[in-house]
Amino acid sequence: MLANMEKRTLLTVITEAVIEQSLLRDLEKHGVRGYTVSDARGRGSRGIRDAAWDEVANIRIEVICQRAQAELLLAHIRDQYYTDYAMVAFMVEIDILRGEKF
Amino acid sequence: MIDVVVLFFLFGLLAGLARSELKLPAALYESLSLILLLAIGLKGGEGLAKQALSPLLPQLGAVIVLGVLQTLIAFAILIKLGRLGRSDAAATAAHYGSVSVATFAVGANWLMTRGIDFEPQLAIFLTVMEVPALIVGIMLARGVSKDTDWRALAHESFLGKGVTLLMGGMAIGWIAGPEGLTPIKGLFYDLFKGALALFLLEMGLIVSRQIGELRKRGAFIISFGLLMPLFSGLLGLGCALLLDLSVGGMTLLATLAASASYIAVPATMRLAVPEANPALSLSAVLGITFPFNIMAGIPLYHYLAVQLAGAF
Repeated sequence: MLANMEKRTLLTVITEAVIEQSLLRDLEKHGVRGYTVSDARGRGSRGIRDAAWDEVANIRIEVICQRAQAELLLAHIRDQYYTDYAMVAFMVEIDILRGEKF
Repeated sequence: MIDVVVLFFLFGLLAGLARSELKLPAALYESLSLILLLAIGLKGGEGLAKQALSPLLPQLGAVIVLGVLQTLIAFAILIKLGRLGRSDAAATAAHYGSVSVATFAVGANWLMTRGIDFEPQLAIFLTVMEVPALIVGIMLARGVSKDTDWRALAHESFLGKGVTLLMGGMAIGWIAGPEGLTPIKGLFYDLFKGALALFLLEMGLIVSRQIGELRKRGAFIISFGLLMPLFSGLLGLGCALLLDLSVGGMTLLATLAASASYIAVPATMRLAVPEANPALSLSAVLGITFPFNIMAGIPLYHYLAVQLAGAF
């Protein structure tokens, strides 16, 4: 095991590209210091989302933060978006270096 | 005789239905739509440079009223006859009150192929008619005062990709004038048909994916997708007659009125009215209305425009 490893939580949200701006604003409001957004494709209860054009494009947003903050974010995302948008969100515990960044 | 660009659409449709592996790169589709939007803007701006702008204002007022009226009528039909919920009806009505750039491009190409002129302000009508239906649709779904974020929505609707490119193209065309545009004509005018053909190939593929959804939706939404554009087309012809447009202008305004948005409106409605089912509106717009307009609608609106212009 490396020295100085710390535990953090990785929150991953896979959802419709159309709400990217709105979600990122929410993250910033919750004090998230950094995130990664990538384009995604897949299939789920809302059908095939193959990114063939804008309306069926997905994104994946990843945030590394403290467990408590991740739980707040996940609860907010559930209340705000789960009913109306194609969305999967989950958290995992991860080991990181440079704990002061997250 | 079917226009060659429409054959590309049919090719894409058949390839998609046959589940071919054919797929255009997303970046190409984006680039083609950029070229088409700029070309339409440039052509409009170039034409406007040759005429006074002040007589245009009442005309813009008229096409805004046209867009609002179409949205309200579509909403009433969807609620009363289609028994859709309020949100679904409002979102779908907004699609039909707004316009489709692709349909406009096919219509303009249809006229140009036959050497029929149309007024340059049709490009402005295209830009202006994108927006009112969005606002009316959101108001129908939400009511006026509640927690709608109007600032964000205004930003979405007025600075969306389509409106921005059309306005930018028009401004450049207007400032540069016909001579200034000569060096870039190769890309935007001469290649217009080729770009449109490739764009429609992708549209065919996109439409082919709506067919399965359409099967689930049943007869009402299919007949709405066919009859609403006919009705809106007639409204458009009436409006064009009031504005004293040429036969080409009448045809294109009817085409605009009959067309339904499948880019700007779905994206904005997804944000503003999230509980509305986007698959419902898109299956009607893409599965029925778009193919109907580019294959049968445009020649029909032209035929009616010729009859009307003869009668008055």
